[in-house]
Amino acid sequence: MARRPEYQAPPEIFYNESEAKKYSQNSRIIGIQSEMSERALELLALPEDAEGLFLLDIGCGSGLSGESISEQGHHWIGMDISAAMLEVAIDREVRGDLIMADMGDGVPFRAGTFDGAISISALQWLCNVDKSYHHPVKRLAKFFSGLYAALSRGSRAVFQFYPESGDQVDLITQQAMKAGFTGGLVIDYPNSAKAKKMFLVLFTGGQQRLPSALGTENEVNHAQFTKREKVRTRNSKNVKSRVEWIKEKKERRRKQGKEAKPDTKYTGRRRAGHGF
Amino acid sequence: MKLLTHNMLTSKAIKGVQTGFPLNIVVKKTKTVETEFSSEFIQRMLPKLDWPAFLKAAQTLGVGSQLPDSPPTETTDETVLRSIHHALVEVEVIEGELICPETERKFPISNGIPNMLLNEDEI
Ligand SMILES: C[S@@+](CC[C@H](N)C(=O)[O-])C[C@H]1O[C@@H](n2cnc3c(N)ncnc32)[C@H](O)[C@@H]1O
Repeated sequence: MARRPEYQAPPEIFYNESEAKKYSQNSRIIGIQSEMSERALELLALPEDAEGLFLLDIGCGSGLSGESISEQGHHWIGMDISAAMLEVAIDREVRGDLIMADMGDGVPFRAGTFDGAISISALQWLCNVDKSYHHPVKRLAKFFSGLYAALSRGSRAVFQFYPESGDQVDLITQQAMKAGFTGGLVIDYPNSAKAKKMFLVLFTGGQQRLPSALGTENEVNHAQFTKREKVRTRNSKNVKSRVEWIKEKKERRRKQGKEAKPDTKYTGRRRAGHGF
Repeated sequence: MKLLTHNMLTSKAIKGVQTGFPLNIVVKKTKTVETEFSSEFIQRMLPKLDWPAFLKAAQTLGVGSQLPDSPPTETTDETVLRSIHHALVEVEVIEGELICPETERKFPISNGIPNMLLNEDEI
């Protein structure tokens, strides 16, 4: 197997003119990138009838992924660290607008700008230490918190990526959760060395069902991550609802001959003015 | 760089910068690329736009004269929407600069692409 690109040079060096050329001329690469982009857009689950949404393409490169967005009638901004890749995108006259930026420094847009984000084959680069001052955990944290802010509430971000190990997947998902996202991994064709593709699907609007993976028959093909404290459910035997708990506590006090306010329909209700 | 992008872009990634918006524009060269008009898209973007920033940027690029002083509401005729479309997504800054309103840090725009890369001491 070829050495992983991430081991060879920093992205702005690795994606030089000759590498960038492949992303406009090599039909095999173009085919793979486009196919993954379309799958990512499917996982983004944009409202069926919505045309003209505004999306972010992270690590947009020569704009192959962005073109899939344009084909579906949506608008996009692409950000990438490589000048050579962006030049190719300009030459190909992609419809999206482009900025040169390092996602590890954050996502430099106003809050709530985008209706969704995709990223194809770029996220694993953030785990690199390419400069002496690079700290992957910090860069991932900056990136995900910046992305979370730049997305409108209820929207999603979908990343196709090539993690080098399970530890790297954990590192990435942990930082995504810390930033406020929920979601998990969707692994298409998990049993095929060639066709296997990993997607990190992130939600801004609280826990949702993960979409199902392709190429899997009746097996567990995705891993949802949740914060521990959120897993507690009301219905489970040992956990009582807030109201039940308060009523029982009052009952105990009464039995002990102590004072307790009578139960009313307001018992255990949250008071106005308190967020929850 | 289209003004739509400019209206969303900030320099808040710089350490110590609070909002970093709106970035001031220095224009050296612009280009107009006709794009398909969609009233649906423009109307969808209207609530997201920072109107004063859009107006100022459009004036800097010399395409602000047709724009209303405040963002149009519900009953908007197509002429107004088309002038917004023109300024928002058809005119592009090809060469120039963006300037951080808080630190004066300059971000060059070349070949239509703003370079927002930061140095070690800025992050
Ligand atoms: C394999 S290419 C994919 C490009 C495009 N998404 C596609 O599907 O054709 C990965 C891209 O990620 C970009 N990239 C890597 N690290 C980055 C970073 N820290 N910030 C922004 N872009 C980055 C690279 O410059 C490169 O263009």
